[in-house]
Amino acid sequence: MQELYSKLDKLFPLGELDERRDNLAFVSIPAEHLKPLLIQLRDQEGFTHLVLLTAVDWLEDGVFQLTYLLCNRKRAIDLGVRVMLPREEASMFSIHDIWPTAATYQRELREMFGIDFPDSPRVNEDFILEGWKEIPPYRRDFDTKKHSDRFYKHRPGRKTSDPAQHMKDKLYPDGE
Amino acid sequence: MKEELKIRTVTGPDGVKFEVDPISDYFCDAPPTVQPAAYTKIIEKFFNWARSESLWVLGFGTGCGAIEMRPLMTPRYDAYRYGVQWRATPRQSNLFIVSGYLSTKTLKRVIRSYEQMPSPKYVMGLGSCTINGGMYWDSYNTIKQLDQYLPVDTYVTGCMPRPEALLAGFDALKKIIRSGNGEGANEYAENFDWYKANQKSVISDWDMPDYNW
Repeated sequence: MQELYSKLDKLFPLGELDERRDNLAFVSIPAEHLKPLLIQLRDQEGFTHLVLLTAVDWLEDGVFQLTYLLCNRKRAIDLGVRVMLPREEASMFSIHDIWPTAATYQRELREMFGIDFPDSPRVNEDFILEGWKEIPPYRRDFDTKKHSDRFYKHRPGRKTSDPAQHMKDKLYPDGE
Repeated sequence: MKEELKIRTVTGPDGVKFEVDPISDYFCDAPPTVQPAAYTKIIEKFFNWARSESLWVLGFGTGCGAIEMRPLMTPRYDAYRYGVQWRATPRQSNLFIVSGYLSTKTLKRVIRSYEQMPSPKYVMGLGSCTINGGMYWDSYNTIKQLDQYLPVDTYVTGCMPRPEALLAGFDALKKIIRSGNGEGANEYAENFDWYKANQKSVISDWDMPDYNW
């Protein structure tokens, strides 16, 4: 993995290598260099499989983190490429021309996080939420409990107990 | 409005062009009516016995509970020996097992399927999700209480209930039907407006007729 990183580092302005396991590592890159990097990885380095494309909402920092997880089947290693986007008016170019399957992920991210992928096919069609009018539900400033209380009737009499407190009371009444 | 629901011109097999308005041509929007009981009590009792012995389940799995139906309908538990069998379409079935959580998107399809089933029809709620939301109690797109949207005859508790619990549920449902209390379809017809209002309060893009059997 180090070898691959030093090779790529000469070509692209990569961030630090975050090595999680022998066969899994992450790098970050500015958004404008993503596409050449992905093409390089797919065509030259054997990362032919897009495993997933997902997002993380870093609300405090005001950014979305996109993770493109790629797999090299021959060497059985995974490489995640991270891209940070500003949270306001988040928009990213589509990579469906590199991996057609990305279009589905992008459609989901558009709906769940509100990240726009302007040239992705069918990106503005409803995917899972039909007729959703509020802020996208996977954003961390969306209050799912409040929404659920407002929209859905709840059956009265439901009790919830904190698991830690419950175990303390029931299993270890006189100890830690 | 969805593309397939818009008025369009169609060319028939004989070359004649005609206009199709799917909402009024393909759907009946007459509200359901209450089915009166048979003219004597003993006949109605006989009917109810017959109904209870042929529960035909619609093969519509909504959540994780759908996986419990496979061992149930195959030789491991073999529900067919109790007169319970699975059918492929709503028109052939009379028991709807809502097998787990219902997102609002699925609820829309469930309502359409339920309304297409012939009366008398029964609904069984499976698992805690249909009772009080279960582990999805604070989720933004799952309903918490199935009986707000459809008339439920019986619930089977558990998360998920095992096939044995479902067999017990069938037994309980048979008792309900035989005692003459399995009147879900009539309840739905009587409180049609209330059910519709509840359904429309959670389904935000209602693009079908009010009653579409």
